[in-house]
Amino acid sequence: MNWDWQAAADAIPLLLEGLLVTVELTLLGSALAYALGLVLALLRRARIPVLSRVAWLFIEFIRSTPLLIQVFVLYWLVPPLTGITLSAFVTGVIALGVHYATYTAEVYRAGIEAVPKGQWEAAVALNLPRSRVWTAVVLPQAIPRVLPALGNYTISMFKETPLLLAIGVLDVLNRAKEVGAETFRVVEPYTLAGVLFLLVSLPASVLVRRWERRAERV
Amino acid sequence: MSNVPHIVSAILAGLATTIEAAVGGIIVTIVLSLIAGLALLSPRRFVRGVARVYVEVFRGTSEAVQLFWLYFVLPVLVGFQLVPLFAGILVLGLNHGAYGAEVVRGALRSVPKAQYEGAVALNLSPTQRMVRVLLPQAFAEMLPPFNNLFIQLLKSTALLSFISAGEITERGELLRPVFGADIGWIYGTELVLYLLLAVLITTGMRALERWAGRRLGRAPVARTELDLTVGGGGAG
Repeated sequence: MNWDWQAAADAIPLLLEGLLVTVELTLLGSALAYALGLVLALLRRARIPVLSRVAWLFIEFIRSTPLLIQVFVLYWLVPPLTGITLSAFVTGVIALGVHYATYTAEVYRAGIEAVPKGQWEAAVALNLPRSRVWTAVVLPQAIPRVLPALGNYTISMFKETPLLLAIGVLDVLNRAKEVGAETFRVVEPYTLAGVLFLLVSLPASVLVRRWERRAERV
Repeated sequence: MSNVPHIVSAILAGLATTIEAAVGGIIVTIVLSLIAGLALLSPRRFVRGVARVYVEVFRGTSEAVQLFWLYFVLPVLVGFQLVPLFAGILVLGLNHGAYGAEVVRGALRSVPKAQYEGAVALNLSPTQRMVRVLLPQAFAEMLPPFNNLFIQLLKSTALLSFISAGEITERGELLRPVFGADIGWIYGTELVLYLLLAVLITTGMRALERWAGRRLGRAPVARTELDLTVGGGGAG
């Protein structure tokens, strides 16, 4: 059995629908990861030891265990415990967002540590309140520097969304599976799924790399 | 509660497969990383090109897609089916090898240029330069990123449940419909097992780091963190 162009053409509309779902998951998951990661990074630096300790344990635990199992926990274990049932899509966004927040937290941390010490001292000398030190002095310098690294994690997330087919999210890979089951042809849908990923992630990584180089120069 | 021993032992039955997949994947990763990493620095354009295509294809397509492709499409194209565990090891190795190739390339390029010039001045052959001067120094640089990569690979073994390889995650999914009331125990056991394996990898890699540092006469890297720090991104 070889490549069949007709079967490939027939598969494309469904695969593109799946790609849209994958992109939506990635964008929403990224937004959550960026926000929650900053919170985790600030908690890590909190002056209350218990708080920074708990944040550290949370980060290490989430980073060392498989995303797939975290998805299962959210999807199968949280509803009976809390009475809240999440749709597969929302489960996916939360799982991706929380998982990658533990990575972005480290990125923010490095960015915050890279802010020169003199800036902190100047803020203290000016007698700025702690909240202003963060919002007016530290974060505006730290965040632009870490944006390319965050972009890299968005690309990683994009490539990890297919495992959400395990809970029935209709992403690219699940659509390919569907087409395969209906037409008994697996070569075209699975190969095209791979091609679609390449078509999105290759230009995206080229852009992020260029952006990284520009950020380094500044 | 009476189901707990059964659940734990049923999941433990998958531990050997998870370890086989992880160890096998790590071995393939190391081999491919070295080959592709060296090829990326080759003076020959063609060799560089082949390595670059390998790296970009495996980093650019999703790991789950690669697994499905290898397991479901390849048999149709070549006429024979891979054993699930073997297909899994191959995908884990091919995927992480592509990331590892960049690690090897970066580490080799970070060796100070004077070291290379010194080796040339001593009239060492290109192989001697690589084996005796460049690689030993680059090796120490590679260990922390490889630690992250291996943890990433360990976590990816959970994907093997998609092709019924019988590892930890799949064992748990087989239990779930039957022991619905005890799913907390199912996932709790799985998470603890993965965490233990991750700590094991990190401990081993840290020991290697200290050994490599000593061999190069470098002081051990000061760590502000406890020795548990693991993880790291599959970014790029």
